[in-house]
Amino acid sequence: MATLTSVGTLYRGGEGMWTWVLHRVTGVAVFFFLLVHVLDTALVRVSPEAYDLVIASYKTPIVNLLEVGLVGAVLYHAFNGLRVVLIDFWSKGPRYQRQMTWAIAAVWLLLMVPGTFFMLKHTVEAMFGSTS
Amino acid sequence: MSTTSQPESISIAAPRSSNRTGQRSNFELYSWLFMRISGIVLIFLVLGHLFIMNILDGGVQRINFAFVAGRWSSPFWQVWDLLMLWLAMIHGTNGMRTIINDYAERDQTRFWLKMLLFTAAGFTIILGTLVIFTFDPNIG
Repeated sequence: MATLTSVGTLYRGGEGMWTWVLHRVTGVAVFFFLLVHVLDTALVRVSPEAYDLVIASYKTPIVNLLEVGLVGAVLYHAFNGLRVVLIDFWSKGPRYQRQMTWAIAAVWLLLMVPGTFFMLKHTVEAMFGSTS
Repeated sequence: MSTTSQPESISIAAPRSSNRTGQRSNFELYSWLFMRISGIVLIFLVLGHLFIMNILDGGVQRINFAFVAGRWSSPFWQVWDLLMLWLAMIHGTNGMRTIINDYAERDQTRFWLKMLLFTAAGFTIILGTLVIFTFDPNIG
């Protein structure tokens, strides 16, 4: 029964469903950040001091770590979105959707490793001292 | 009462007939298409933005009012940010609309959640647009 229903479905069970769930979760998270981000940027219309004060909170260790999470969420949403576009518009897309899932996982990891390094470099040096 | 008689409320539409009464809208088709087209454009705009702001040259640590003033002195980055604001907000709002339609089961709940969403989105788009166009590097 389980094998019968899983044949030929893209969005029920397995990678197809979990990539879809993660796409929604990352989308909602990025949307709420976007609302906050437009508001904090709007402070440039109040005063340079007000803007610099709120941007200073982005430079603290905890928010810096959240920034890595945000970039990870955006990267996943971008690449999986591209995968969805290929499934919908590329004639061979549905056939290769599973391979594309592993491809985006690989590209995501490939970008996140150096990306995390550069995003956290200053925070790590400030907390534990510079190594150079 | 005969057992073969059927309740009058049961009626089965002819096969392949439209399940809607009145005019049929293509709104959901355009919404589906918009998500894909805006998504592809946003990949370049947002990933470029994240790379410049968070990774290049010390990342977020170098961002302050002067940095923003320097960027928005160029029409290129003004247009970039304006396009990114509009596309990301409409893309995100449409995604949230889909999610509300999927999970909010009561008509009233769906309606008010979407009203709240559209109000917040409209406010944010207008505010962001005004900020980009009325930015004054000599404020304060």
